[in-house]
Amino acid sequence: MQVQLFHTCLINDFAPEVGLAVVRVLERLGCQVEVPLAQTCCGQPAFNAGFQNVARVAARYTIDVLERTEGAIVIPSGSCADMLIHQFEALFTDDDAWRPRARAVAARCHEFSAFVSRHPGFASLAPRLEATVAYHPSCHLLRGLGIDDEPRAILATIQDVQVARMDQAEDCCGFGGLFSVKHGDISSRMLDRKIADVTATGAARLVSCDMGCLLNLGGRLRRIGSPVVAQHLAEILDESLT
Amino acid sequence: MSGSFALRVHKALADPHLGPRLGALSVQLRHRRAAAFASLPDHEALRDRARAAKLETLRDLPGHLERFEARLRDNGAHVHWADTAAAANQIVVDIATGNHATLVAKSKSMVSEETHLNTALERAGVTVVETDLGEYIVQLAGDTPSHIVAPIIHMSRAEVGRVMHERLQTPMTDDPATLGRYARERLRDVFLTADIGISGANFGVAETGTLCLVTNEGNGRMVTTLPRIHIVLMGVEKLIPTLADLDVFLKLLPRSATGQKLTAYSTLVNGPRRAGEACGPDQLHVILLDNGRSAIMASGSAEILGCIRCGACMNVCPVYTTIGGHAYGDTYPGPVGAVLTPGLRGLEAWADLPSASSLCGACRDVCPVRLDIPRMLLDLRHRSAPTQAPGWLRVAMRAFGLVVARPVAYRVVSRLARLALRAGARDGWIRRAPGPASAWTSSRDLRAPSARSFQSAWQQRRTARAQVKR
Repeated sequence: MQVQLFHTCLINDFAPEVGLAVVRVLERLGCQVEVPLAQTCCGQPAFNAGFQNVARVAARYTIDVLERTEGAIVIPSGSCADMLIHQFEALFTDDDAWRPRARAVAARCHEFSAFVSRHPGFASLAPRLEATVAYHPSCHLLRGLGIDDEPRAILATIQDVQVARMDQAEDCCGFGGLFSVKHGDISSRMLDRKIADVTATGAARLVSCDMGCLLNLGGRLRRIGSPVVAQHLAEILDESLT
Repeated sequence: MSGSFALRVHKALADPHLGPRLGALSVQLRHRRAAAFASLPDHEALRDRARAAKLETLRDLPGHLERFEARLRDNGAHVHWADTAAAANQIVVDIATGNHATLVAKSKSMVSEETHLNTALERAGVTVVETDLGEYIVQLAGDTPSHIVAPIIHMSRAEVGRVMHERLQTPMTDDPATLGRYARERLRDVFLTADIGISGANFGVAETGTLCLVTNEGNGRMVTTLPRIHIVLMGVEKLIPTLADLDVFLKLLPRSATGQKLTAYSTLVNGPRRAGEACGPDQLHVILLDNGRSAIMASGSAEILGCIRCGACMNVCPVYTTIGGHAYGDTYPGPVGAVLTPGLRGLEAWADLPSASSLCGACRDVCPVRLDIPRMLLDLRHRSAPTQAPGWLRVAMRAFGLVVARPVAYRVVSRLARLALRAGARDGWIRRAPGPASAWTSSRDLRAPSARSFQSAWQQRRTARAQVKR
């Protein structure tokens, strides 16, 4: 089964090891992974900041690149997946030429945890890792795509992983893309609250499916000298399979 | 973030008690709401019906208003139309002076906050007393409400005690029951002697001309029945088509607002006192206020007029529960206010509000009418950002637009940006970033970009594998 990896700009520039973990997991499932090298960024920063014309440039380009490929498109980020699956179409509500193209690409897109947990090969994996984990359901994954059971099911499948219950788990971590810079002080307070809830779980790892949230959470954990490690779901799953 | 919004946020964040208090409110109300909804088996279908009813109203607001006005007049009410806040206040002042009224008892009404009605009445020599406990404290303190359902959520019990002690000379206490009794003792006289009762309306039923008030303290019922004149001030968007719709909203509003299955009082007003009736006002006046609502109807945010003011979006909003209601700077705070205020007051002066959201979507999920607030915030950003976003952001977006569809240029620029950021890193982390990114590093480290991109790592892996195969 051939899959296309839309690796996201954050993984490309900040966390290549997460991208490689994604590739290894997909290969363990029997996928033949392709990376369309012409991909850039889905345009979400522009879209969320209100620069819809710029976002449309990114969307048209991304659609064009992905149209030239075949098979499922896997996206290891809830917010980028939400952008491609929902917001691209919203950008072209009044554009009869691009709307169907956006829809056709969206139909091929799968967020990483959803793709993995539904893959027929998933049941035959035997992941095992001793770790205590707190799971942060990122906003666009949870509320944008309605994906929550899937990543939790993956964590539950890993033998010897203990998932701790976290209070107010569904609260935003304060990232919000440019929000974390434009409103850095509000964002910081939101982050503090989240980190307090994370710390209270006693878990050694904080797992999420969005690199943006992980940069935010990991940056604060490091600033306060916390031993908690912020990790992408793909990383812990990859680790549990080796 | 610019100007006064930044200052208000700064002030809010400097208050060490505000965040924890709002956090506690949020957790408590969220649990109560969840429990109250759990007792309603078909609640998702009810939310769909509520949304449909509100959208139906908005699709033909003039038609529904015409029907509503006709029914109100049939029921014996006087109907007034006000385009602006000033016009609405003048109508109230004219009714008061025309009837030689000197004392007004008011039940809780956000729309009267919007028009600053109390100031207008006091200027005309009429004494106004707020009779909702929270609003009464707000009035005594010379403050403004910071939550549309819980107006004094920003105050502690001790602060309430101090306000009453200073303004009413009551003995200093922070016991809620005692403070409630002090207020009740004083308000009793107001109810009995007021010439006019002023209320808002939670719903106006177009089919019957019924006005519905949803309250908990009983003051609403006093205000609408004891004084000889009852004035209802309501926004034109408060209509719902039928009494059957009201049944749906009465199930959803208390659950969403306070986590109650039903409020203590659901008051239905169908006109002034009729011949042979024991109580009720001699005159019922209904003022239908526009004050910018028609402009919102014509904008991309028309859907926000379906808001039933339950406040649930505030209770779940991570921004509201961090900065509180006063930081929003106007009558309606929180997610709904971030859409409503720019619509009512003008986007240019209020563009900070839609920008101050992480777009987490919690408001959309909790809204009983399923208002897509994040979508409306995005629309407002789209309308304001190209001219009002900070200079650095506009430059960055122009540059992004130039390279995002040119993969070679994009890669060169990303590479340069990675190199530049890495220059300031130590052990793979940046402690103090330059320019706008300093807002990030004020509270958290920034992970340094990777020396090589994922694509380069991927290509290397691929080449290595191809060689092994060969």
